[in-house]
Amino acid sequence: MKKWLVALLLALPSLALAEDKLDTGDTAWMMVSTALVLLMTPAGLALFYGGMTRSKNVLNTYAMVLGAFVVAFIAWIAAGYSMAFGDGGSLQSFIGGFGNAFLSGISWTDLSGTYPTYVFVVFQGTFAAITVAIASGSVIERMKFSTWLVYAALWTIVVYAPITHMVWGGDGALLFDAGALDFAGGTVVHMNGGLSGLVLAYLVGKRNGYPKIAMKPMSVMLTALGAALLWFGWYGFNGGSAFGANAIAGLAYLTTTLATAVAAVTWMLIEWFVYKKPTLLGAASGVVAGLVAITPAAGFVDVSGAIIVGAIGSVVAFFGVAVLKKKLGYDDSLDAFGIHFLAGLWGALATGVLAVADNDLLWDGPLKESGDRMGQFMVQVESVAVVGLVTLVGTVVVYYIASALTGGGRVDEETEQIGLDETVHGEKAMNL
Amino acid sequence: MKRIEAVIKPFKLEDVKDALAEIGVTGMTVTEVKGYGRQKGHSELYRGAEYVVDFLPKIKMEMVVSEDMVEQTVNTVVEAARTGKIGDGKIFVSDIEKIIRIRTGEEDSEAI
Repeated sequence: MKKWLVALLLALPSLALAEDKLDTGDTAWMMVSTALVLLMTPAGLALFYGGMTRSKNVLNTYAMVLGAFVVAFIAWIAAGYSMAFGDGGSLQSFIGGFGNAFLSGISWTDLSGTYPTYVFVVFQGTFAAITVAIASGSVIERMKFSTWLVYAALWTIVVYAPITHMVWGGDGALLFDAGALDFAGGTVVHMNGGLSGLVLAYLVGKRNGYPKIAMKPMSVMLTALGAALLWFGWYGFNGGSAFGANAIAGLAYLTTTLATAVAAVTWMLIEWFVYKKPTLLGAASGVVAGLVAITPAAGFVDVSGAIIVGAIGSVVAFFGVAVLKKKLGYDDSLDAFGIHFLAGLWGALATGVLAVADNDLLWDGPLKESGDRMGQFMVQVESVAVVGLVTLVGTVVVYYIASALTGGGRVDEETEQIGLDETVHGEKAMNL
Repeated sequence: MKRIEAVIKPFKLEDVKDALAEIGVTGMTVTEVKGYGRQKGHSELYRGAEYVVDFLPKIKMEMVVSEDMVEQTVNTVVEAARTGKIGDGKIFVSDIEKIIRIRTGEEDSEAI
């Protein structure tokens, strides 16, 4: 990715070099990858979350995910892309500025390395959109829909874009220069989305009756289907993050599949051991935990690395969901924090430890430049700390603005009691 | 005339119905019900959160038979519905005062 980003900068019109040439194979792969990543949100994540929601709120949950995607994508074109991948001038360490707002200055003939810049813009836009959508799982069944949509638009520009810039924004960007390894978004997407979910869960408050009354998922089947669609789409997410139809994408395919399979088996075994029953919901959760954990490492680790990342990713996420959540008492309803943040955090740190010392795979950083693994690990620690801090502060600020603009961020008690499908959307998931 | 109500495990419905048809029980009314007895409920597990379900789904079948059929009917239901495990259900027998067939106006034993 890093090499590629340098190429992106070179591809800007003012700096265009003669050797930039469109490669049809790379272009085709990046277009397919973009569509695969899109599938992850309005199909994969929406079903994964929707299935776990109580039947009176399932449409609202789906609408939050779909709504986040469409709003965030528009915000991405308006300013997010520019803030993430533009030239930030004196603030280049932290943001990309507004120079490319509404994609001004970018032509349809421009290339990002070997494929059109517009494809890169859309590809990255699908990442922004799923990151926002991940947080919805923490506040389903009680957050106001209007507040959520305003939040999604602002958060894309104010929180997601700067974090993306710092990690992937090219020369001069804080964590990029430090040499942080994040292949496809363990910090940028999953820690970021999961932590913002937890912050929102605290700000919006618990659901009425939580944890005393039974809140049963409408359909574990839909959740399992959602997990499968996420997995399918993840080949674009991780494979596409090689930015070409090449051998690194092939490595990402292997590690993504292997780590995920190991994580699913691990979660099932833990449940079998602890609760005497291997649930399908557990297996589906293991799938997602594995996908999240391998995301930052996908193009950097080998077979043994992928197995370790997947297995421990599942253990960490299970701990978050079944132990930590109960101890701390927050209502992160669908475990965006437990699964996305914790597995993402594990993956980001594990990448520093398990990345193979192969300079054709590594990005510039302590490990590549001097074989300094401890130094690399410290850079990984720095990157999770910076991302965590920005997410924490940014999410609080954006929530209060969105809440103020929409007259409070939470539905009233009666609405919550009746269910948001009927009261907010005026429809029902099933008319039996 | 007696009414026989049997609360049984749902998956036994087909067996019981066929067995009763064989001995000449000509009709029944079936309702899906929920309840518990000694079996109590069961628990469901979602990501480590355990929910106790108190009421289990059961089938309640009602049929009305003449006095001389009561014993045979009850025995047939017991035989066909029994698994030997807790939760097989119960049978209640009670008197019926009057039966009328709506179509013809026939009464009592004529109308069974």
